[in-house]
Amino acid sequence: MTSANRVTLKGTSVVIEGNDIDTDRIVPARFLKEITFENMGNYLFYDVRFNEDHTQKSHPLNDPKNQKATIMIVGKNFGCGSSREHAAQAILRFGIQTIIGESFGEIFAGNCKSVGIPVLTATPETLASLKKTLEENPSTSVTIDLVDKTAVLENHSFPISIVEAWRQAFLNGSWNALSILKANTDKIRALDASLPYKF
Amino acid sequence: MSKNTLYDKVWDLHKVATLPTGQDQLFIGLHLIHEVTTPQAFASLKEAGVPVLLPKRTFATIDHIIPTQNQQRPYQDPQAELMATTLEDNVKKFGIQFFDTTTQRQGIVHVIGPELGITRPGMTIACGDSHTSTHGAFGSLAFGIGTTEVGLILETQTLPLSRLKVRRITVNGTLQKGVYAKDVILKIIQVLGVKGGIGYAYEFAGSVFENMTMEERMTVCNMSIEGGARIGYVNPDETTFTYLKDREFTPKGHAFEDAKIYWKSIASDNDAVYDDVVTIDGNTIQPMVTWGVTPGQSASVTDLIPSPESLPEDARKNAEEAYAYMKLKPGMSMQDIPINVAFVGSCTNSRISDLREAAKILKNHKVHPNVKMLIVPGSQPIKKQAEAEGLDQIFKAAGAEWRDAGCSMCLAMNPDKLIGDEICASSSNRNFMGRQGSPTGRTLLMSPAMAAAAAIAGHVTDVRTYL
Ligand code: SF4
Repeated sequence: MTSANRVTLKGTSVVIEGNDIDTDRIVPARFLKEITFENMGNYLFYDVRFNEDHTQKSHPLNDPKNQKATIMIVGKNFGCGSSREHAAQAILRFGIQTIIGESFGEIFAGNCKSVGIPVLTATPETLASLKKTLEENPSTSVTIDLVDKTAVLENHSFPISIVEAWRQAFLNGSWNALSILKANTDKIRALDASLPYKF
Repeated sequence: MSKNTLYDKVWDLHKVATLPTGQDQLFIGLHLIHEVTTPQAFASLKEAGVPVLLPKRTFATIDHIIPTQNQQRPYQDPQAELMATTLEDNVKKFGIQFFDTTTQRQGIVHVIGPELGITRPGMTIACGDSHTSTHGAFGSLAFGIGTTEVGLILETQTLPLSRLKVRRITVNGTLQKGVYAKDVILKIIQVLGVKGGIGYAYEFAGSVFENMTMEERMTVCNMSIEGGARIGYVNPDETTFTYLKDREFTPKGHAFEDAKIYWKSIASDNDAVYDDVVTIDGNTIQPMVTWGVTPGQSASVTDLIPSPESLPEDARKNAEEAYAYMKLKPGMSMQDIPINVAFVGSCTNSRISDLREAAKILKNHKVHPNVKMLIVPGSQPIKKQAEAEGLDQIFKAAGAEWRDAGCSMCLAMNPDKLIGDEICASSSNRNFMGRQGSPTGRTLLMSPAMAAAAAIAGHVTDVRTYL
């Protein structure tokens, strides 16, 4: 995947209520048996979106008005649990470009960064007023500005936070870290040789 | 900011550079891989036509999708077979040592690393699996990563990372009879919460940890991630060194003595500074069981399922959701929860000591007629050892199924699954909705001995009445 910078993101939002939503819920383990990430978007929240006979349940992601949403608003500890990048890939491939929540599982947040999804945090108060505005007018589009660290909708501007190193990486397009890591290959080889343990 | 802790020392030793983003580029001394989280990473290398930079620092096994009953190739599940052949092709192409079943060293990645002496103190260890924290029991910085990061390690042996804060969790006192390492970590998670560890590495200390075996320390470190902490570790000591001596990959003779000097040097200093300190009284910990859908929704076996009013306000909504999913009622006695399945296994509790504890309980008893019990050793060597001790005979005589090594019903990517809304007494680490293979299946986390006692009784019960 190539890196491109992410300075502003604009779109409509979908709200996923609840805390401690784990990566098993985001993509159940039975869908991890594929050797590519290609189809992951189809499996996003599968068991909470579909019955065992594949008919739809009521879920915000099944709501036709949310099909084009590019911003996902979540609660606390979203993405806790397993390291499966499939969870971040499913969200990306569903069409989501950024997630705003109160807190995130750490490995999940790192995976989102790896695939190019900025993970943003906001205070419970900010999230509540964001959600309130969106409830009143679900089609309102939100603009995320990573320079100012704000989410702007209608005439309100809400403060958001992001890990500073990740913000830098998104602003300068280096969120795919491969080339900057590779640039230090000589130092890597030297450290390999000097470490007090080998195999 | 922490200072002079094991975390700080090992980090500094592995730092390659400071990146333009302000993060550190950290060298990963040991990379462990398995079939599920690597195919896409290898595919990127192949597409770019680049090699693995330091293939000797990566080791592979197969654990998640492997059947535990019929390991005949090709596997009956074509997707599992494709995952296996993909890994086989990749390790061959890139020159990575692979512990497949023919080596007699195959097993769950977090079980075999320590067992083979590959995992040692003072390392940085990463694996595309969140329970990599297990290896912290040896005094290493070990953490789970995603597939893109697996690819970064394969290509550069490094990752861009930010330092965590360090919280020292001291558990003092002596554990009561019938209270195990599993109960200690479930208690820690109950106290600090499932998100309490976000942003932290956990250093486990105090007399309870000093007196633990390595296998017990692994059980605790394994579930650090369930408490939100990506890393959990115990400072290395004589128990660590004795465990490691004479293992296949452990340095021998003089090299062992030299290694020991290094291992001792990276332990946290007496005057180390921590970002946070928590103390828990080990004397009062009871056997623990989860009643909900996060590992923090737990109670002592002698307690009642808590009422929503007794929980902090922000936990109530989750609790309501959990009661509904679990089909359990607040106020009900934990010991009245019936079970249909008992599972002893997983990287949390599938080591020889876990099997011995389960066997002690099952000896001269029968698994309840309403219960199906599965016992799945963590590795081929553990299976062999258990059979040499006759544990398999005890399990079979009790009516339990004795399987081959793998992750099995911990996450049910192989044929071992719950059916419908079956409820399982499980020695694994996650009770998330649908975790054990059925979208409506239910999981109760507990120690292997408690799972064995529940299997006999047909419901959750206090293992102490069987001791
Ligand atoms: S036993 Fe369970 S938790 Fe451990 S590595 Fe396997 S699937 Fe993951």
